[in-house]
Amino acid sequence: MNNRLLPAVLALVVGLLAGFLLYPMFAGGDEAAPAVAASDDADPQAEAAPLPVVTSRSTLDLVRERGYVRCGVSQGLPGFSNPNDSGDWSGIDVDLCRAVAAAVFGDADKSRYTPLSAKERFTALQSGEIDVLTRNTTWSLTRDTALGLDFVGINYYDGQGFMVRKELGVKSVMELDGAVVCTNTGTTTELNVADFFRSNGLAYSIVAFEKSDEVVAAYDAGRCDAFTTDASGLYSERLKLADYNDHVVLPEIISKEPLGPAVRQGDDQWADIVRWSLFAMVEAEELGVTSKNAGDMRTTQNPAIRRLLGVEGAFGQNLGIPNDWAYKIITQVGNYGESFERGVGVNTPLGIPRGLNALWKDGGLQYSPPVR
Amino acid sequence: MPSSPQPWNNPKLRAFAIQLAVLFVVGSFVWIIVDNTITNLQRQNIASGFGFLENPAGFGIALTLVDYTEQSSYGRALLVGFLNTLLVAVIGIFVATILGFTLGIARLSSNWLVAKIATVYIEVVRNVPLLLQLFFWYFAVLRALPLPRESLSLLEVAFLNNRGIYVPALLLEGNGLILGLSVLVGIVSAWLIGRYAKRRRLETGEIVKGVAFAPLLIFVVPVLAFLALDMGLKAEVPSLQGFGFKGGWSLIPEFVSLLLALSFYTAAFIAENVRSGILAVSKGQTEAARALGLKPTPILRLVIIPQALRVIIPPLTSQYLNLTKNSSLAVAIAYPDLVSVFSGTVLNQTGQAVEVIAITMTIYLSLSLFTSLVMNWYNRHMALVER
Ligand SMILES: N[C@@H](CCC(=O)N[C@@H](CS)C(=O)NCC(=O)O)C(=O)O
Repeated sequence: MNNRLLPAVLALVVGLLAGFLLYPMFAGGDEAAPAVAASDDADPQAEAAPLPVVTSRSTLDLVRERGYVRCGVSQGLPGFSNPNDSGDWSGIDVDLCRAVAAAVFGDADKSRYTPLSAKERFTALQSGEIDVLTRNTTWSLTRDTALGLDFVGINYYDGQGFMVRKELGVKSVMELDGAVVCTNTGTTTELNVADFFRSNGLAYSIVAFEKSDEVVAAYDAGRCDAFTTDASGLYSERLKLADYNDHVVLPEIISKEPLGPAVRQGDDQWADIVRWSLFAMVEAEELGVTSKNAGDMRTTQNPAIRRLLGVEGAFGQNLGIPNDWAYKIITQVGNYGESFERGVGVNTPLGIPRGLNALWKDGGLQYSPPVR
Repeated sequence: MPSSPQPWNNPKLRAFAIQLAVLFVVGSFVWIIVDNTITNLQRQNIASGFGFLENPAGFGIALTLVDYTEQSSYGRALLVGFLNTLLVAVIGIFVATILGFTLGIARLSSNWLVAKIATVYIEVVRNVPLLLQLFFWYFAVLRALPLPRESLSLLEVAFLNNRGIYVPALLLEGNGLILGLSVLVGIVSAWLIGRYAKRRRLETGEIVKGVAFAPLLIFVVPVLAFLALDMGLKAEVPSLQGFGFKGGWSLIPEFVSLLLALSFYTAAFIAENVRSGILAVSKGQTEAARALGLKPTPILRLVIIPQALRVIIPPLTSQYLNLTKNSSLAVAIAYPDLVSVFSGTVLNQTGQAVEVIAITMTIYLSLSLFTSLVMNWYNRHMALVER
C-alpha cells in the first residue's frame, strides 16, 4: 500500500467508526422518522438497518402526510376483504378501512390495502407497514398484550365451525373422531381444534397450510375429512369449492372469535380514531341514519343525530379530525347494517343472517357507546 | 527509507491496526443493531426473551418423530419441526444423489435414447420453479388417489389413498437394542473385510474372492441374531377404521410430495455436476485404461469416477445445501418442517419474531455448516487420491 494513502484510510475508518457510534444519539428523534415514513415502497422486512422502526410521530400525522390510510386485509375472503377483477377491494373489513379514511380525509377512497396471510399480519402491523389491521382477526389476550398491539373493537362476532362433505353422513362435530382436519397456520383456529378434540377425548390429525386457497384445494381434493375455520370464513371459502352444494357446515360452533381491527400499542389517538370510526357506523344504524338519508338528517332536531353528524358539538375535534367525520363515513361507506348487508348479508352469496351481529336492541351484540 | 521507520511503515503493525479497526467497526455495527432492536421491541411493548420456549404450544402437528402432544412446550415443537426438516433433507439428499449420478452418466451414454431421455429430464426439471413442481406433486398426486374407503390395496395388507401410504408395521418381540447392535456389527465387519481385501490387493495384486458380497453382512448379521435369539416378529396390518387407516406404518402425502419434488429437482442439478465432472477427466485417461485392457465398467468405476469426483464434490456440496434450504418450501403444502412449525405457527402464536427467526436462522446455518464440514472432509479424503 502506498504510504501516503495510509493516513487517509485510517481517517476514513476512524470517521466511519465515529459515525456508527454517534449515530444512535441522533437517530430516534424527529430526523429519522420521515426516513421511515417515506419508505412506503421499500419492503419493511428488509429493514435490517438500525433505523428506529417506531417513530415518535403520531400515526395520524404520518397518515396525513402520506395522504392515505394503509390497511392490512386478507388475501381474498369474499364478504370481508376481496379484490374484484379490476383490483378494487370490497367487504366489511374493507368498509371499516374506508370509514377510517373517510374520517381522517373526508374521502373513503384515500385508503390502500395490503393483502396479508394469517402468518404475516401481525409483523406487518408491528413494523409499520400498515396503519391498521382490518383482517378478520380474532381479539385474544396474547395478541392484545405480548404482540404490542391493541384491538379497538369488534366488527364481526364469530365462532369456529366445521365443514364436511355431505357424503360422509356426519351430522355433528362429535362424530369426527379420528378425522383429518385442514386449516390455516398462524390462526386461533389451529389452537381451538387442538383444545376441542383433546377436551372431548377425540383423536384427530391436522394439516395446516399458510394460504387459504391451499386449504380449500386440499380439502377439495379429499386430503382431509373436515375443513375448519371461522364460521364466516366457511361461508366464504365454500364459494371457492368445485360444487359447494356437496358440503355441509356442521351445527356446532366451538369457540368465540370476536373479529376486529387492531392498531399498534402506544398511539392512543389513532386507536381512538379507528375505534370511533367503527362505533359511528353502529351508532348510525341505531339512530336510523343511512348513506341515503344522512344529508337530510343534518337538519333533524334529534340531538344524538346532530352530535353524530357534527352539526352540534366538536366531537371530531376531540379525536383530532374534522367535525363532519361521521357524516363522511355514513355518506361514503354507510352505516354498519348497510355495510353488513352489502358484504355478507342474506342477499349476498354468503347469505349470513345478522345473528350475533344484530344491534343490541334487536337481540344482537353490536353496541356503540354514545357519541357525546 | 534508511532512517528509523515510522510505525505505519511497519507492514505487520499496519495490517494489524487495520484489521483491528475493521473488526471494531463490524463489532459496533452489530452491537448497534442488536441494541436498537431491543430498545424498539421494548418501546413497542412486544414481548422478548427466550422464556416462551417453555410455554405450552397448544397446537397439534401432523408428523412427529418424537413424543409430542398439544401440551408440549414450544421448545418441543421446535425439536419436532427440526427433526422433520432433517428427515426430508437426509432422505432427499440420498435419493437425489443416486438419481443425479444415474442421470448424469446416462446423459453421456452412447445410447441415443438413454442420453436424450436424460437430457430432456434435466432440462425440463431444472427450468421449472421448484414451488410449482411441489404443487404439482402434491395436488396432482392427491387428486389422482382415491379416498380412504376406495383405497388401492396390495394383497389387502398395504394401502394407498390420498391420506398416504400404509404398510404393515413389523413389531419386534424382544430386545430392539440387540438387533440395532447387530446391524452395527454387520457394518463394521463389512468395512473391515473391505479394508483387508483392499490391502491384500495392493500388496499382492490378488483379488479376494467374494468381497463384493461383504455389504450383505449388514443384513445377514441381524437376521442371524434375530434367529439365534429366537425373537418374534409380528406384523400389524393397517385397517380401515372410521375415517381412515389405523395401525401399521404410514407416510403422509405431504412428506412424499416434498421428498419427490426436492430430490427430483436437485437430481437434475447433480446430474449436470456429474456430467461436467466426467467430462473434466481427460480422454487420455479412458484410452490409457483401455490400453491396459480394462473393460468399460471398471474404467468408469476405477479410473473415471474417482478423478471426476474431485470436480463433482464441491458443487455437489452446494446442491446438498440447496436441498436442505429448499425444504423450507414445505410450508406451502403443509409439511410440518422447521419453518412451518416454528417460524410459522410458533412465531404467530407468540409474536416473538426476532427470537424465532434468530433461532431458525441459527439452525439452518448450523445444518449448512455441518453439511459443508462433512463434505469438505470427504473432499479432502478424495483429493488425496491424486498423485
Ligand atoms: N380469526 C382467526 C382466523 C383468521 C384466518 O386467517 N382465517 C382464514 C380462513 S377464513 C382467512 O382469513 N383466510 C383468508 C386469507 O388467508 O387471506 C384468527 O384471527 O386467527
